[in-house]
Amino acid sequence: MAIFPIPGVRISGVSACVPSRIYENRNYDLIGEKERYTLIKTIGVESKRHVEPDTTSSDLCYHAAERLLKDMGWNREKVDLLVFVSQTRDYLMPATACILQDRLGLSKNCLAFDLDLGCSGYVYGLSVVFSMLANAGLKNALLLTGEIPTPNINYKDKSTFPLFGDAGAATAIEYDGISEAWFNLQTDGSGYKAIHIPDGAMRNYPDPQKSFNEEKISKGIVRSRVQIALDGMTVFNFTMKEVRPNVLALLEKADKTNEEIDYFVFHQANRLMNETIRKQLKIDSEKYPYSIDRFGNTSSVSIPLTMVAELRNKITEGRNHMLFAGFGVGLSWGSCLLETDRVVCPELIEMV
Amino acid sequence: MKIEDFISKIEEEFEDVNKGQLKPESKIREHFEWDSVNALVFIAMVNVEYDVVITAEDLQKSETVQDIFTTIQEKKAAA
Repeated sequence: MAIFPIPGVRISGVSACVPSRIYENRNYDLIGEKERYTLIKTIGVESKRHVEPDTTSSDLCYHAAERLLKDMGWNREKVDLLVFVSQTRDYLMPATACILQDRLGLSKNCLAFDLDLGCSGYVYGLSVVFSMLANAGLKNALLLTGEIPTPNINYKDKSTFPLFGDAGAATAIEYDGISEAWFNLQTDGSGYKAIHIPDGAMRNYPDPQKSFNEEKISKGIVRSRVQIALDGMTVFNFTMKEVRPNVLALLEKADKTNEEIDYFVFHQANRLMNETIRKQLKIDSEKYPYSIDRFGNTSSVSIPLTMVAELRNKITEGRNHMLFAGFGVGLSWGSCLLETDRVVCPELIEMV
Repeated sequence: MKIEDFISKIEEEFEDVNKGQLKPESKIREHFEWDSVNALVFIAMVNVEYDVVITAEDLQKSETVQDIFTTIQEKKAAA
């Protein structure tokens, strides 16, 4: 079992950037008024942000990171590690992390690479960065998570279009020799088709004849093979079964109780799913922030985005025991328990 | 586990179901639109209340409220 502590590393800053263009789900006219009302209530997304056609995940992360570096007062020469997490990277090659290393003016001694994970990506990203700082003698790291799912969703697909939103986040992480974080990371690749873009990479190389044609899957679900296919029922069953035992095992190993945690910041999947997990784990609503109403499901960005949008005043002031959980595409899931102390957290940035 | 409690949970969860309307022998499709969203809401409610996971197929096979309740009881007993 991949449950392990990592000593000596902490989160010292977090920032997030969203596109300024707002999409309101009340204007989603593919479905009738009644169905729309039920859908919005169930998934919990009233509005979300959509990028302009020329904006990428790395653009959103760049703005988040620029601001964070300034507010932290970090010397760019001393950023030893940059990890970029995304399911919507700028190019098939090279790694987007390399582009960000240069654009942010980081040193050539900075180690930079991408992690190709989504909903679980923030927690996985933290585990990788924490491990490298704890074991490789590195001091300062940036974990950048960026997602622009909206160019990959079809307006005529009611299972994806109202749900996903675009965002980028930057997390500053430091070696301090004192802190301790716990992780519990899991995988079940048998469910890889549950959240999937079939064509466009190397298994199904994009075919001008087939890949871009729209197919009707069922009523209200039309998409092409280069767009996100979501099997909501499979993802829902997976989440109902797997997240609770993962979180309970983490708490047990870390010798912490539910009551000792100040905030449970969970991936914003959809409101019904998140509420189900909350009730399963008997978490108080006050400790379980939501940002999905204004930003939708932003995959690997949803945890840091929720911290910035909902917990800014709390995390900048005191010490807090935080429990993060991410779950979804892969299928991949994980949780992380750590303590934050007066985190630098600029206000949410809007990219024009 | 009482079916009366199960029925009141359904009434609480679904705005369209009027109080007192639903009986154990009621045919569920006459009271619900079994679209994917309502099915998910139903499955989530059962999971939270009874700590079992029923599937979309379980719902499809069930005709009455009693049928679903029996499925939940069986799953609970097997757990």
